[in-house]
Amino acid sequence: MDDKLTLTINGISVRGKKGQTVLEVCRENGIKVPTLCFHPKMPPYGGCRLCIVEIQNMRGLPPSCTTPATDGMNISTHTDRLFRVRRTVLELLLAYGNHNCLMCEKNGECELQNLVYEHGIDSVRFKTTFAPKPVDDSSSMIVRDPNKCVLCGRCVRGCLSVQVNGVIDIAARGSDSFITTFNGGLLNDSNCAFCGECVASCPTGALTPKQSHFKGRPWELKKVQTTCTYCGVGCQLELNVKDNEVVKVTTDPDLGGPNKGSLCVKGRFGNDFINHPDRLKVPLVKKNGSLQESTWDEALKIVADKMGSIKKKSGPDSLAFFSSARTTNEENYLVSKFARAVIGTNNVDHCARL
Amino acid sequence: MEPAIRIQPGKERQVLVCRGTGCESQKAKVIFDNLEKELDKAGLSGSVETKYTGCHGFCQQGPTIMVMPAGTFYCNVTPDDVAEIVETDLKGGKPVERLLFLDPKTKDRVLTFRDMRYFNPQRRIVLRNCGFINPEDIDDYIAVGGYEGAKKALSMTQQQVIDNMKASGLRGRGGAGFPTGMKWEFANRSVADQKYIICNADEGDPGAFMDRAVLEGDPHSVLEGLIIGGYAIGATKSYIYVRAEYPMAYERTLIAIDQAKKKGYLGKNIFGSGHDFEIKVKLGAGAFVCGEETALIASIEGKRGMPMPRPPFPAVKGVFGKPTNINNVETLANIPVVMTKGGEWFASTGTEKSKGTKVFALAGKITYSGLVEVPMGTPLREIIEEVGGGILNKRKFKAAQTGGPSGGCIPAEHFDVPMDYENLTQLGAIMGSGGLIVTDETTCMVDMAKFFLTFTQKESCGKCVPCRLGTKKMLEILTDVTKGKATLEDLDQLVTLAEDVKNGSLCGLGQTAPNPVLSTVRYFRDEYEAHILKKECPARVCVRLIKFQVNPDKCKKCGQCASACPADAITWKKKEVAQIDSEKCIKCRSCILACRYNSID
Repeated sequence: MDDKLTLTINGISVRGKKGQTVLEVCRENGIKVPTLCFHPKMPPYGGCRLCIVEIQNMRGLPPSCTTPATDGMNISTHTDRLFRVRRTVLELLLAYGNHNCLMCEKNGECELQNLVYEHGIDSVRFKTTFAPKPVDDSSSMIVRDPNKCVLCGRCVRGCLSVQVNGVIDIAARGSDSFITTFNGGLLNDSNCAFCGECVASCPTGALTPKQSHFKGRPWELKKVQTTCTYCGVGCQLELNVKDNEVVKVTTDPDLGGPNKGSLCVKGRFGNDFINHPDRLKVPLVKKNGSLQESTWDEALKIVADKMGSIKKKSGPDSLAFFSSARTTNEENYLVSKFARAVIGTNNVDHCARL
Repeated sequence: MEPAIRIQPGKERQVLVCRGTGCESQKAKVIFDNLEKELDKAGLSGSVETKYTGCHGFCQQGPTIMVMPAGTFYCNVTPDDVAEIVETDLKGGKPVERLLFLDPKTKDRVLTFRDMRYFNPQRRIVLRNCGFINPEDIDDYIAVGGYEGAKKALSMTQQQVIDNMKASGLRGRGGAGFPTGMKWEFANRSVADQKYIICNADEGDPGAFMDRAVLEGDPHSVLEGLIIGGYAIGATKSYIYVRAEYPMAYERTLIAIDQAKKKGYLGKNIFGSGHDFEIKVKLGAGAFVCGEETALIASIEGKRGMPMPRPPFPAVKGVFGKPTNINNVETLANIPVVMTKGGEWFASTGTEKSKGTKVFALAGKITYSGLVEVPMGTPLREIIEEVGGGILNKRKFKAAQTGGPSGGCIPAEHFDVPMDYENLTQLGAIMGSGGLIVTDETTCMVDMAKFFLTFTQKESCGKCVPCRLGTKKMLEILTDVTKGKATLEDLDQLVTLAEDVKNGSLCGLGQTAPNPVLSTVRYFRDEYEAHILKKECPARVCVRLIKFQVNPDKCKKCGQCASACPADAITWKKKEVAQIDSEKCIKCRSCILACRYNSID
């Protein structure tokens, strides 16, 4: 079946596929349409009104993120009429929020900041009396600042559609709308799993990882790709490093890996062990009643000798092996093989078997 | 207007007691109970039938009682009046003069509803049964020809039903005026294993209550409309989305569905046609925006009531992702008549592009307010002066606001405009759901725009930025205007922002929310400028801008203001100009409303 579409965008003939939205066709053809509430991982929302376009024979200014592309569409993405609405939208967001980039953690990687710059906005014509709301600082991982929230709903969709947690939602109506937890309590008192999907989804500084506050600006951070050390899934991470210290952990679907741009609480926030003073970097061996630094060769030799002598003295079933969820399937297989073939016991277990 | 009625065999007369929400709130139930008791006492129970009905629209004069077949119409009846009605009218054969309707112009008492200037010019199709049948009795509806349209439709092909609907020219009465036949055709062409038809009864415009009146007074006509529509598009499941603020409409709809099920008109193999059709009622949760069809769909699905951009349209992807057709209550109530009498018959009423009748909810500075159903194209002047009895207190007509918070105003220079979809749109107003608020010189247009914007701003769902924040900013500017704090630059900003909100908003709520502002600026810019430049409210509504001083040049020394003042702040002696003590004045505007000479500044 022929599922090819031919469309005209800004006077240029482009190709698309059936089932794509106008925005997807634009992006595939290198036409940049501003977006704020759109996120490729989530169902389209159509709320921010920045990706609006003009389409011949279609009433009003439809959002490109929700409008299905059809054959023969004639689309304009950058007319004066569109620019005027987009500018008004951005100015309204600036007027009714605390958007002071100098004091914002997100400075430098904020989508709102970029959009404002791209639209050449150097002042806000609307004067308002914006009443700030309290910041939710209750959790040790996520800081929620409703004053920087643009109500794009990306955190809500990330929580519900991507992670299928549904911990947060939009409450109230109109300009009173706000993002709430169930029963409106603090995030720390909610049933949040702290996977940080919302933080990763947030285009502004409304949701930020607490650990990274004042630790480094986005442009100072070096992103180092690695595999998460916690479980065997093999999630791909980016360690955001400054001065050889991990400031925060992010990820990206483009990194490949099974996690497709999502993480769990451990992978995203559980990295303080890296530079922790208590972290063991060399094996310790108990000598004369106290643990003393040793070498791997020495430590492994002690373990091997002791296992050998126990097996000899009391038989292989006096030994048991306990494996960890932080290891890979292959390593777990090796533990089992080692227990059964080398030692000769079936006493093998795993921490995930509760 | 001669309604079809059913009087029980063996009974000579019938007393109809209105028990719509308006009358019920004024003890209509007690009136009804008293009536039965009094008839019993008078020994008339055998020959006089009692029946309670839904609302016939003249709530202002309620509670009302009608004696049929004579048509004697009693207004403002209290439970204590019942004995007199039974004694004098039903037993004595003479009308109770003091309870008859008082004609505003002739000052005469009018005996029957047929002679009343309020009912006489009306042409009732939608409200044909409201006020004349018992809404809780399916047999009453059947007796006046009910469910004949459904039977006829089910004996035709789907395309024939759609063609008949297209021939009628009926357009959606919910506001946008989209041709119903075309809408059905789109839904019919969508291929799916399940389709839905939904009745939108989330009527929310301030002042509009025709959908409530239909569901309270004639719920079966809506069910019948759904059955016909469901058959035409191939839907076997249906929802009626009723707002929670209409408990009586909800209750009566449930009763109607239950009765229709028992008759075999709903459920499996309806009317023995082989077609299945079921209706569920979904209660709203208080959000105005759920009247918008995509938000309504989200709400039925159990989600937060927020609209989605279209396309995809509900006819392609609606409730639970299935093709869905949504019709308004008033539209559906028309459909049985379109079926029984034919599309051509229906199309013979109205104008070239707007067929049939329209129910307006007449309110504001008018003598008689209530629901009026007139042919499309009836001039505004006729509706206001004839049906509505003209403006109160001999004041001058200033403008009529149509379409509620989504609409605009029609100023006095267009008083003769024929009321149809095209004419209203051209004037910057809209038909909307049919709200018609009449204003006179004591209405401040800035204040009215502010009233409607306050409503839409509060009812915005908050999803899209222009509506959520744009209406908020607009309201801030309007509030400044009413306080005399705004500048001409603010007025310019208000207008440009209004245009951006109109162009940029996601759904109909935001796209139309600026209309009251834009149309009042268009026709009454001078009033805005008076607030801004002279710090004056010409209609003397905006309290911050009123001096509360008597203008001695205009004062006719009548003393009306002094007697109206609840705070004893006005001193007046015969043949002297009244004086207002600003220390005592509480700025309630009672004096301004009482003064017929506009002499308080």
